[in-house]
Amino acid sequence: MLAQFLQFLYSGMTVGSAYALAALGFTIIYNTSGVINFAQGEFIMLGGMLAALLSAGGVPLPLAIIAAVLVTGVVGLVMEKAVIEPAQNAQVVTLIIITIGASLTIRGLVQIAFGKGTHSLAAFSGDTPIQFLGASLLPQSLWVLGVTLAIVAALAWFFGRTLLGKAMLATSHNKLAAQLVGINTRRVLLLSFGLAALLGALGGILVAPITYTSYDAGIMLGLKGFVAAVLGGLGGGVGAIAGGLILGIAEAMTAGYISSSYKDAVPFVLILLILFFMPRGLFGAKVSERV
Amino acid sequence: MFKKTIIAAALSLIAITASAADPIRIGSVLSVSGPAAFLGDPELKTLQLYVEKINAEGGVLGRKLELVHYDDGSEASKANSFAKRLIESDKVDILIGGTTTGATMAIAPLVERASLPFISLAGAVVVIDPVKKWVFKTPHTDRMAAEKVFEDMKKRGISKVGLLSETSGFGASGRKETQAVAAKYGITLVADETYGPKDTDITAQLTRIKNTAGVQAVFVFGLGQGPAVVTKNYGQLGMTSVPMYQSHGVASDEYLKLSGKAADGVRLPTPSLLIANALPAGDAQKAIVTGYDKSYRDRFKVEPSTFGGYALDALNLSVDAIKRAGSTDREKVRAALESTKGFVGTTGVFNMSATDHMGLDLSAFRMVEVKNGDWQLVK
Repeated sequence: MLAQFLQFLYSGMTVGSAYALAALGFTIIYNTSGVINFAQGEFIMLGGMLAALLSAGGVPLPLAIIAAVLVTGVVGLVMEKAVIEPAQNAQVVTLIIITIGASLTIRGLVQIAFGKGTHSLAAFSGDTPIQFLGASLLPQSLWVLGVTLAIVAALAWFFGRTLLGKAMLATSHNKLAAQLVGINTRRVLLLSFGLAALLGALGGILVAPITYTSYDAGIMLGLKGFVAAVLGGLGGGVGAIAGGLILGIAEAMTAGYISSSYKDAVPFVLILLILFFMPRGLFGAKVSERV
Repeated sequence: MFKKTIIAAALSLIAITASAADPIRIGSVLSVSGPAAFLGDPELKTLQLYVEKINAEGGVLGRKLELVHYDDGSEASKANSFAKRLIESDKVDILIGGTTTGATMAIAPLVERASLPFISLAGAVVVIDPVKKWVFKTPHTDRMAAEKVFEDMKKRGISKVGLLSETSGFGASGRKETQAVAAKYGITLVADETYGPKDTDITAQLTRIKNTAGVQAVFVFGLGQGPAVVTKNYGQLGMTSVPMYQSHGVASDEYLKLSGKAADGVRLPTPSLLIANALPAGDAQKAIVTGYDKSYRDRFKVEPSTFGGYALDALNLSVDAIKRAGSTDREKVRAALESTKGFVGTTGVFNMSATDHMGLDLSAFRMVEVKNGDWQLVK
C-alpha cells in the first residue's frame, strides 16, 4: 500500500519538477513586464532539442548542455530585441499575442531545421532505478528535483543580494520610479527574457532523458507550466515550485487512485478552483489596488 | 513537294507523339503538413519517386503517368475541396490519398458520386466496412493488429491481459477494436488504462496494472513517443517478467532508439517492410520490400516508413489495374481493382473481392520481438 503511494508520489514529483521549472520562467518575465510569455514552452523545447542533437552528433554531454543553454539564452535575447522591444508601448494583451506568434515561429523553424522526429538524451547518471521502500525512482528524477531547488536558491540570492537583481525587482514594483532612480528598465526587460530562456533551456535539458523531446514538446510543458505558475500566484520561486509539484502530484494521484482517464482534467479543475476561491494564487501577494 | 511532305510528316509526327504523350493523370490528396505530416510526407515522397521510376521505364500502356498533388494540411474539409478540384478541373483518372481516416471519409462521397476509383491510405475499418463501390484501401486495420497480438498470446497460453491505450484517435480506435475481438480469442481484459500522447510519466497507470490480480501480459496501443515512455517506465518498475505487447503504431526504428535496453523482449505485429533484411530469401514479399527500402534510402537518405509503403502499394495496384483493364475507363479499372488476386505489395498479399476492398489477411502482419536492440522474427 505504502509502496504504491510512494510510486505515485515519485511519479508526481518528477513530472511536477518539470512543470515547476517551466513555471519559474513564466514568473520571471511576468514580474518584470506583466507579460505572460507563451514562448516559454519553446525555450524548454529548444534546450532539450539542442542538447539531444548536439550529444547525438558526438559532442560530450557537459559541453552539449552548456552550448544548448547559451544558444537558447541568445534566442531569448534576440526575441526580446526583435519582437517585444519594438512594440514596447503596446498594451500587455498585444505583447502576449506577440509571444504566441514568436512561439509559433520558433516551433516552425525548429521543425523545418531539425525535422519532426523524437529525440532522446542520455540520462546524466545512468538508467538503473533506485529502490526506496518498495517503490522505484530514476536517478534522473533526483537530478531534476535537485537542480530545481538549486535554481530557486540561486534566484533568491540573485534577486535579494545583487544590484542587478534588485534593479529587476524594483522595475517590477514600479517601472516609473525605477526609471527615476536611474535603472535602465529596457535592459531589465531584455535581461528577464534572457534569464527566462536560460532557465527554460536548463529545464528542457533536465527532463529530456525522462520525457524525450521533439519540436512540439514545448506546447504541453508550456501549458502545464502556465497552470503551475498561476497556481503558485505568479509571485516568486517558492510559488512556482509549489504550484508545479502540487499539479504533478495531483495528476499522478488521480491517475493512480481514481482513473487515468480523468488525469488530464486535473489542471483545469485546479485552475478553476483557484480562480474562484483564491484569485491571486496560493502564494500571491495581497495587493490592494489604489483607486 | 518535298518540303510539303516533310512538313506533313513532321506535323503528323507531332500529332502522334501528342496523343501518345497524353498522360494518365493520378490525383492525390495527402496530409503533407500539419499533425499528420509524419504519415503524409513519406507517402508523397514515395508517389513522386515511383511515378518518376515508372515513367523512366516507359510508363503504362505507352503513356506517361502524371501526378497531380494537393496538400490538405491534415484538415478533412480541405481534403474534400481538393478532391472536388481533382475530379472537376484536373479530371484525374484515379485518386490516391486521404492520409487520415477523416480525410478519406470526406472524399468518399465525392468519388462515389463521380464514379472515380479511389484508393485510401487510412487505417480505420470504416473506410471499407460497409463496402463502398469505388473506395479501396491498402493499410492494415487496427482490428487486424489486435487479432495478430491475441493470436500470439493464445499460443503462449496467455488469457488475462492489461490494456493500456493512448487517448489519441489511433489509440482510442485501437482500444475499441481490441475490446471487440478479445472474446473471440478467449482473452479477458482485466485492466483498462489510458495515457495522453504527450504524457511524460506513465508509472501511475503501470503501477495500477501491476497490482491487478492475474495479469499475464500488457498490451499497449499507441503511437510515437508515448509507447517509448511506457517501455522505459516498465523497466523502471521492474515489470519485465510480464510480457509486453505493442501495436504496429511503434513499428519504426525510432522506437528502438528511444526506448533502448528497456525494449528487450517486447513483441509487436509489424508490416514486412520493417524487417526487410531479416525476411527469409524465399519470402514472397522479399523482393518488393528490399527494393523499396533501397530506392527510398538512396533517394531521401532516411529509412522508409510503413506509411510510404501504403502509398507505393496504392500506386502499384492502380498501375496493375489499369494495365489489366487495358485503358483508363473508370468502370473497367474499378472492376480490375476489385478482381486483384495474389498481388504482392509491401504491406502484404492483396486478394480483393466484391465484399473485401482491402484484401489483406493476418499474414500481412509479422510478429517480431525486440532482441538486443533489433527486430527478430517470431517463429
